[in-house]
Amino acid sequence: MILDIKYYGLITEITNCSEEKLDFNESTFIELKALLLAKYPALETTSFQIAADNTMVNDNDKITSSNLAIMPPFAGG
Amino acid sequence: MDRYSKHIILDEIGLKGQEKLQKAKVLVIGAGGLGCPILQYLAAAGIGQIGIVDFDIVEKSNLQRQVLYGTNSLGKNKALAAKSFLENLNDSIQITAYPIRLTHQNAVELFNKYDVIVDGTDNFETRYLVNDASLLSNKPLVYGAIYKFEGQVSIFNYKNSASYRCLFPEKKDFVSPNCSQIGVLGVLPGIIGTMQANEVLKLILGIGKLLNNKLLLYDALNYRTNVISFKRNDKAIQNVLVRKDNFHLKNNTINCSNVKEISATKALELENTQYIDVREEHELPKIELPNLTLLPLSTILKNKHRIDTSKTLVFFCKSGIRSKKAITLLELQEYAFSVKNGIQELQKQIKNEY
Repeated sequence: MILDIKYYGLITEITNCSEEKLDFNESTFIELKALLLAKYPALETTSFQIAADNTMVNDNDKITSSNLAIMPPFAGG
Repeated sequence: MDRYSKHIILDEIGLKGQEKLQKAKVLVIGAGGLGCPILQYLAAAGIGQIGIVDFDIVEKSNLQRQVLYGTNSLGKNKALAAKSFLENLNDSIQITAYPIRLTHQNAVELFNKYDVIVDGTDNFETRYLVNDASLLSNKPLVYGAIYKFEGQVSIFNYKNSASYRCLFPEKKDFVSPNCSQIGVLGVLPGIIGTMQANEVLKLILGIGKLLNNKLLLYDALNYRTNVISFKRNDKAIQNVLVRKDNFHLKNNTINCSNVKEISATKALELENTQYIDVREEHELPKIELPNLTLLPLSTILKNKHRIDTSKTLVFFCKSGIRSKKAITLLELQEYAFSVKNGIQELQKQIKNEY
């Protein structure tokens, strides 16, 4: 499946883009996280959540949608 | 009631709704970029009792976005300066300033006096504290947070909805820099803070759809806007509730008490030293020191290989707080010193020397 991933906040500074398409054929978000960490090692120093079709997912969930968003919490105020 | 006539003629508000606002008690934590527009609109809308918590003072670099303050507020406490602005805006409401730091010791008691809590703080430690105290006092929490050009808005702990911990589990070693360190578009907290004020009014009035179990994401650069749904995590909430009796014993910052501090004079006398500046790259003034390394706190963990532990390590920042945090995060308490009062003192000593 071709994933369409949108990045937010400081994640975009690590990925150097605010969205990208990734060809990905594993089944769960744990595997996706592993791939992203291998591609962008600096993600290790951040905290982020993943949403699929605008719904937050758990690591063990199966990837059934290609429309993903990856967001960190923001601290600023 | 002439003041509120444009509320009252709205069918969705009316006299009844305006009375609800008049009876409401709202506590705003942080009177900075988010807090200013939140407070301004809540006071204008006629919220009967407003509390403002902020220990910080107004600095010139705040004026670009913290719109309750002017040059005559410089050096004044933000809670007190905001109160004086708002009293002029609306003299028919009661405003209480708390010029104190929110802690695990005072938060729950303070929250108990209000109906709705609004988070306008600027760091994760305080955000988790605000969330937990809202859970323990059973008050809805209107959340807003910003990063450069992007913002987030949500409502937690409302009618058993999800909490901040359900959305973003705490990760102690993640340091997201705040606005004063990395910069922020001035109007962004104006937009996000106004959205928070809107949620507060809707919540009190019981109108519209609220952002409980939803996170609104807003990007001011390209209008990318999204609403993400998320679920309550009972375990994360129970973890807070079961510790109710010990809550006041907690310390809301990471424990930096065992970091060794050193005066600027002594720091400059040390030999075989690596000096580490943990301020963000744009922060001024820059200073010249032999064997100086710039390692901004926001990215220090991934750059820790640049620290030479065979040297005496001396960390500094603007005031001596972030440098202690860096040493704690890196677990270098035994090997490193933090310069007391940071760059200000160092610069003074360097000038004296040369």
